[in-house]
Amino acid sequence: MEPFESIDFYRLDDLLTEEQRLIRGTVREFVEENIIPSIEQHFMDGTFPREVIPQLGELGLLGANLEGYGCAGLDNISYGLIMQELERGDSGLRSFVSVQGGLVMYPIWRFGTEEQKQKYLPRLATGEFVGCFGLTEPDHGSNPSGMITNAVEDGDEYILNGNKMWITNGCVADVAVVWAKLDGVVRGFIVEKGTPGFSTTLQQGKFSLRASVTSELHFQDCRIPKGNLLPDVQGLKGPLSCLTQARYGIAWGAVGSAMACFDCARKYTGSRIQFDKPIASFQIVQAKLAEQLSEITKAQLVALRLGQMKEAGTMTPQHVSLAKRNNVRIALDIARICRDMLGANGVTHEYPVGRHMLNLESVITYEGTHDIHTLILGQSVTGIAAYS
Amino acid sequence: MKVAVCLKRVPDTTTKIEVGADGKSINPAGVQYVISPYDEFAVEEGIRRKEAAGEGSVTIVTVGPAASTDVIRKALGMGADDAVLATTEESLDPRRTAEALAGVLRDRGDDLVLFGRTSVDGQSAQVGAQVAGLLGIPYVGDVVGLEIEGRSAKITREVEGGHVVLRGDLPLAIGCQKGLNEPRYPSLKGIMMAKKKPIETVEATCGDPTVETVSLAPPPARPDGRIVGEGVDAVPELVRLLREEAKIV
Repeated sequence: MEPFESIDFYRLDDLLTEEQRLIRGTVREFVEENIIPSIEQHFMDGTFPREVIPQLGELGLLGANLEGYGCAGLDNISYGLIMQELERGDSGLRSFVSVQGGLVMYPIWRFGTEEQKQKYLPRLATGEFVGCFGLTEPDHGSNPSGMITNAVEDGDEYILNGNKMWITNGCVADVAVVWAKLDGVVRGFIVEKGTPGFSTTLQQGKFSLRASVTSELHFQDCRIPKGNLLPDVQGLKGPLSCLTQARYGIAWGAVGSAMACFDCARKYTGSRIQFDKPIASFQIVQAKLAEQLSEITKAQLVALRLGQMKEAGTMTPQHVSLAKRNNVRIALDIARICRDMLGANGVTHEYPVGRHMLNLESVITYEGTHDIHTLILGQSVTGIAAYS
Repeated sequence: MKVAVCLKRVPDTTTKIEVGADGKSINPAGVQYVISPYDEFAVEEGIRRKEAAGEGSVTIVTVGPAASTDVIRKALGMGADDAVLATTEESLDPRRTAEALAGVLRDRGDDLVLFGRTSVDGQSAQVGAQVAGLLGIPYVGDVVGLEIEGRSAKITREVEGGHVVLRGDLPLAIGCQKGLNEPRYPSLKGIMMAKKKPIETVEATCGDPTVETVSLAPPPARPDGRIVGEGVDAVPELVRLLREEAKIV
């Protein structure tokens, strides 16, 4: 495979700083050398490339936009570019880093005690600890407020009971941030691996995000010390604020997947000869490439502007919904069409397109489904919430 | 351990190069620039020498356009301490590049001056040797091993089919070859710190051109393939052509 060539039709690089370009270049090189050569095999085997976790930590990619506690303290556009480059490699890899940074480190950093931060953040930043985030339940996906998992106070401890499902990194996590109802109010708890009453099950049989571990978490009279409650947040806004962080990264990451597919299809159609000429010379192929170039360019602009607003403190969850919804949608559409443009080769692991296409079926479903983001925007436009 | 690393900014090796309208230079539109790959070994080696000595400094020295700060920042992100950029918008021949570099290096008193064995664009493999000549210090090229004890260096050099081991005293100039080390990635924290590291800018000083680029030409287009027959029957003819015409078997 030829090395990846990115797409910058509107010269958005001119809007980036030297450091931002350098950070992107570093992650791109890292992915090209350490992820691309083995990712298809990991996908086929259904394994996460655990061997790269220390490298992710050493480079500073875990919790990269957080300040202090061993984190790199990057601006949000640099963070977005990192997500883009990781997902150019594989959505499962980006998911790992999103979960670790946006869903585990972020709530501890934002809502945790100083003691919790000192204990967990430096180890999560180096990758010594892997984290997972337990919100979704078997019967409560789009509607997390209906969660059944609950916590009961008992002396110096809380007793957790319930089940979580579709949890990225669950079986490999050293520490879980779990959301449960305490006296009817959603609260965040830190549960360490090995705590009696806490167990996990690997979810088998996925055709998507196969290079990412997905698990169920089970809590059966699981006793955790009172000091493991995240003190500074109550209610659903806790987990939802985490999801806003992760969705922000997904909006950038989807652009990476879309560029990977486009780059592959552009090269493939340029070299595949049928009827004595490259298939790229057919108008039907050119029309597809032109459409994809337009959509990628628009998605890049949306991501970049979202990053500017996040930096300025003007970004709202609705802004994030539009970007996540749009960028994942176009990435999935592009992946499906590129799969088709590669003909029979598109259904093999010789090319990355089929893998991205399958991965994006998860990405469009998790972190707020496409339809839920549609309803969030619908509420924003009409002032009427369809889901309440 | 005072180390200078001479670093060149070159078009990314994956960039498709087009000859510019003047026929003598490359068309810069859409070209991405990187540290010349052999120079990355030099940057890494400089940082390792400083780390091994437990003291000292690594300075990046570049001759090139003002925009060269982008690749210099990467070297600073890897761990170099500071940089000097001798600016020129001209494309210098090896002699003039060496003069401009020597102009920066002359009064510094470095223990080691490191180069890539050659640049991947000009590929003259002259600059390291010429700089060493101008500074009056020894130069060893194609180096794949370097051990330093006190002021004495043991240098392993790659030659056709084997290695030569040399011993010499500092100061030395070294041309780094693949195999010397594995260059590190700049960490994100390294990149953030690099923002604050100084890049001193001076004007490149060198003599008049002694050679002139007359024209550039891309490699000729590959001619169409030839089908000599089909199946087993074609084998004798194919072998004959490979032997007599292509002369590769």
